[in-house]
Amino acid sequence: MLIAVLAPFAAAGFAPLLVRLLGDRAGLVLAIVPAATFVWLLSRLPEATPGVLEATPWVPGLDVALDFSLDGLSLIFALLISGIGTLIVLYAGGYLKGHPMLGRFFLFLMMFMGAMQGVVLSDNVITLFVFWELTSLASYLLVGFESDRPAARRAALQALLITGSGGLALLAGLVMLAEAGGSWRISDLTGAGAWIQDDPLYRPILILVVLGCFTKSAQWPFHSWLPGAMQAPTPVSAYLHSATMVKAGVYLLARLDPALGGSPEWLWILTGIGGLTMLMGVVFALLETDLKLVLAWTTVSALGTLVFLLGPTHEPGVKAAMAFLLVHALYKGALFMAAGNVDHEAGTRDLTRLGGLMRTMPVTFAAAAVACVSMAGLPFGLGWVAKELIGAAKIALEDEFGITVIAATLTNLMLFCVAAIVATVPFTGRTSEAAAHAHEAPWPMLAGPVMLAALGLVFGMAPNLIAEPLIAAATTAVIGRKATLEIVLFKAFDWKFLLTLATFVAGAALFLLWRRSAAGWRASLNPVLDRGPDRGYDQVMRGLAALAAWQTRIWQPGLLHRYMAASFAVVTLAGAASLTRGEMRLNLDFDGGRLIEWAVFAVTAASALVAALATTRLLAVTALGMLGLGVAMIFMLFGAPDLAITQFMVETLVVVILALVLIRLPGFRLSAGGARPRWLYAGISAGTGALVTLLLLGVLAEPFDPRLSEWFGRAAVPEAFGHNIVNVILVDFRALDTLGEIIVVFAAALAALAAIGIGARTRA
Amino acid sequence: MSGWYAVAPLIVAVAAAAATTLAHAAPRTQRALSLGGAFALLLAAVALMDAVWRGGMIVVQSSNWAAPFGITLAVDTFGAVMTLIAAITGAACLTFAIPEIEERHRRAWFHPLSHVLLLGVCGAFITGDLFNLYVWFEVMLIASFGLMTIGGTKAQTDGAVKYVSLNLVATLLFLLAVGLLYGMTGTLNYADLARTIPTVGNTGVLTAAAMLLMAAFGMKAAVFPLFFWLPAAYHTPLVSVSAVFAGLLTKVGVYALIRAFTLLFTHDVGWTHQILLWVSGLTMITGVLGAAAQSEMRRILSWHIISQIGYMVMGLALYTPLAIVGSVFYLVHHIVVKANLFLIAGVAARLAGSMELKKIGGLYRAAPLLGVLFFIPAFSLAGFPPLSGFWAKLILVRAALEDREWWIAAAALVTGLLTIYSMTKIWGEAFWKPHPRGDGAAAPLAAAPAAMLAPIVALAACTIAIGLFAQPFWIVAERAAAELLDPAAYAAAVLGRLP
Repeated sequence: MLIAVLAPFAAAGFAPLLVRLLGDRAGLVLAIVPAATFVWLLSRLPEATPGVLEATPWVPGLDVALDFSLDGLSLIFALLISGIGTLIVLYAGGYLKGHPMLGRFFLFLMMFMGAMQGVVLSDNVITLFVFWELTSLASYLLVGFESDRPAARRAALQALLITGSGGLALLAGLVMLAEAGGSWRISDLTGAGAWIQDDPLYRPILILVVLGCFTKSAQWPFHSWLPGAMQAPTPVSAYLHSATMVKAGVYLLARLDPALGGSPEWLWILTGIGGLTMLMGVVFALLETDLKLVLAWTTVSALGTLVFLLGPTHEPGVKAAMAFLLVHALYKGALFMAAGNVDHEAGTRDLTRLGGLMRTMPVTFAAAAVACVSMAGLPFGLGWVAKELIGAAKIALEDEFGITVIAATLTNLMLFCVAAIVATVPFTGRTSEAAAHAHEAPWPMLAGPVMLAALGLVFGMAPNLIAEPLIAAATTAVIGRKATLEIVLFKAFDWKFLLTLATFVAGAALFLLWRRSAAGWRASLNPVLDRGPDRGYDQVMRGLAALAAWQTRIWQPGLLHRYMAASFAVVTLAGAASLTRGEMRLNLDFDGGRLIEWAVFAVTAASALVAALATTRLLAVTALGMLGLGVAMIFMLFGAPDLAITQFMVETLVVVILALVLIRLPGFRLSAGGARPRWLYAGISAGTGALVTLLLLGVLAEPFDPRLSEWFGRAAVPEAFGHNIVNVILVDFRALDTLGEIIVVFAAALAALAAIGIGARTRA
Repeated sequence: MSGWYAVAPLIVAVAAAAATTLAHAAPRTQRALSLGGAFALLLAAVALMDAVWRGGMIVVQSSNWAAPFGITLAVDTFGAVMTLIAAITGAACLTFAIPEIEERHRRAWFHPLSHVLLLGVCGAFITGDLFNLYVWFEVMLIASFGLMTIGGTKAQTDGAVKYVSLNLVATLLFLLAVGLLYGMTGTLNYADLARTIPTVGNTGVLTAAAMLLMAAFGMKAAVFPLFFWLPAAYHTPLVSVSAVFAGLLTKVGVYALIRAFTLLFTHDVGWTHQILLWVSGLTMITGVLGAAAQSEMRRILSWHIISQIGYMVMGLALYTPLAIVGSVFYLVHHIVVKANLFLIAGVAARLAGSMELKKIGGLYRAAPLLGVLFFIPAFSLAGFPPLSGFWAKLILVRAALEDREWWIAAAALVTGLLTIYSMTKIWGEAFWKPHPRGDGAAAPLAAAPAAMLAPIVALAACTIAIGLFAQPFWIVAERAAAELLDPAAYAAAVLGRLP
């Protein structure tokens, strides 16, 4: 299984090279990878049992392993991914024939394929998440494939940010789920459902996981990225954004159903949001004129249906969901590819400009028509079977949820109408201008739609081919006990059958109405509907930009004195607050002080005040020099003559040099620097000074441990052969510090040399 | 004998600085010496890592004066990892610099100053003495000032003045804190401090001194609300210089924070580490929002340094074994990725003509391979799996959730999302968008010198390796974290067992 996951990644690496060597035929070679996977998966069909089948350690420290398992649920998804994947790779070779970036396209597509296989086969929550995010990344690159168009770039980003934010919620949810369930293995977690649902964090976990699934599977109100993603080349729309990636959320909900499902929260959230999405998607589909967008909105609706069906966590619902999953993947894959053919050959996919293509593109038309039979839920299509199962699921719910039955019936009705639109509008009627020059697509672009449509028909007529091995097996995996399924195509002529017929009739009526007045609906409804989440996304992005700009202005006004003041204020506050956190003993023994000490103090304090109040630079510098001299005097008074001498020299030199520089500068007076809050700054300075004073008094209250100085005194002469302890410390005991300081001086000299050198050259 | 492993990186860096100074008149020789020095440092760092990994912590008493009287050099796993990653960054950026710097840059002592900078960085990771750390900070500061002004533009001077002024404040606070601690404990040696600090009775004053040190290191690390200097300065210097800065300088601050608040100040975790937690959350958010407001590549990346520092501090602040592992892992991942992104931005600007996103585009068509090279560190930075940043983020988020610190986990995740936003901004504008001056305005990758691409490829390979084979890195980080959380063992290694 590891190979099934990794092979597409390897193929992705080689894809650009293959395209360079083989050109458009690279698709034929690359299709071997998913085809082989598909065959292998089919061979596993009879024995797909739950449990870890392969385990490879990855990051054991974090409980992350490349554990893969294959049960009925994984199998149905994996078959879709590899099967439709094969057809899509073939199709893309034709659709993007001669495209200069075909190599890159296949790279991303194959990468996606591997990631998607990884999602549905992983048995470790983190591994699953890794692949999950990779699918988002591949989607980003593929939606933005035609990156010259701003719309494509926007859509790619929107898709990435929405699914990405859901992904982050999911990550948190999965980590918390693993903690609550006591294992990082999904197969362990699904057995710990009762335990997890008793956890006090069950609700947060559920919400986070559901957020991840809903963003990925385009549930309201996170759906807006999916129609946007139609900016991608059609093979991508067909593959990622209808058949596979968008179902990852559905997959994960089904996968975690035993762990999280069955609670009232689960029921309400899934049924409510799913039902809303289901209804909303199909309404929007009726209002679109772009063929791909019509399909995209029905995908949104279908995803809603799937989530809706998983809500009640009972067998009929799960069965219906699995059947509908398959049905939708088959007909929608076929329809997207057919739409791609139309777009490719007729040059437009605008419903108002298409017509009469059935004469020039008969095969595409046939495939689309057959797929629409399934979509509409007409007899002999697989959709009929799914609809029967959905009906059974609804009836099982009926006593509690009358309204859901109405919602589902309405959806069916409108879906019938959309199917009629897609099957007839582009293909029948007067040959439009756009259609006049169209040709039938080449065979790689027909193989996909024809095959998928035909499968829908075959399974529709012989549903028991898939009922037991696929649908029942998947259901078994979800509900955790053996499910069986036998499908009887036409059960009885009862009221349900009549209801179905009524739906068809109403759908057909709606279609006739649509033909007449769709333009009017669009004109009156679109301005209202434009205020939906898509607009919300723009507003969030604008708000984010405004917030970012605002806070950056606050933190980065570009004024050094503000930065200084803020830094000192923060330090003072933090220090002062910390003083209260424990004992604070201060040494307040004050012996009155000698006169000379008072004198030095007075000079120092006065110079500090003058420096702060100075209005010219020269005065400020001189005052600072005085301050330094005062400090040197203090060193002198307290027994550090070497230090004092050094300080005298440094201060004198600094004042002289700065004065020399300053008198040559034009702006002699200190500029006010705008409205400088002087009193605030004075307060901050005083606070900092007070803090430091307190700290020093506190340190003095602590008995000094003279180990070091005593040892220096003892060791200087006998061991280090020096009589001046300061010197010995500098050149021997702590020579490394001195070496460091020498290097500081050295580097400063180099920097100064560079500065002088540059100055000289610019003047020359 | 093993002591030489700890000293070797310092000797190599000093020798390289001296040799490149002496060879200043001979550009080719100087260049060769500089590169040779950088790779010799890399070798020394590898040897150090290897020695520490095999034999445990290495302790050297400089001039053989017994601790705590002389200066102790002490390298544990964390120190060795940091030294190694610093040497890798140094070698990569100096290689990149060879084609980048012009004669006038070279004449402004680029090579000697670079080696002095690396010396300061390695010294900070190797020392076991608080005042000696201060000295290395000064070495770094002055060398970085020199490097930052190479080029001599007005923006550079403006940035450098802010950089130096604010860093001097940090230096001052550091020195003050050292003095206060010395007054209370009578020692400067880390190990000795670790043993003495718990005996200090004046705990309020002690905690306040710890806060001064936190502020000093926090300023160096550019945490909220002390990061002002960073966005003011990092977009101005040479690309190779800004890449070294981006990779290493703030991380020395983080290193010092981690060292101080695992080894020295754990007497009031409920206060100090709680403050760090708030700081880390606010650092993440303000940093990433700052990035969202920018439209110049290096400005975006600079703000992201700040936000990423928040993650590293977050691990320290949570102060659980897993969280510390996360910090160490994050540091390693981040240095590689961030230095690389600056280098890539440099190449992108070279090919497309500017660092300003509005003025460039078309690189996706013109230089697809650069796109791949950008994508790897950019999406790693954003925490996308299976790249290195994902594991780093996963460890920290998991640690936060296990510790029931919900809001910091949320902040970390939201910051991740906004990081995606910024990275896709660069991707969308510089790569996807057509060049505003039309097709052909962006040069193909072949126009960039091989010496610029080699380090980028190497660093990207590191990012992928950390991502795909995270387990060995996890093991190293785990050992580093375990050592960090055992101050008694550190003290025993330096001072001998307690009687």
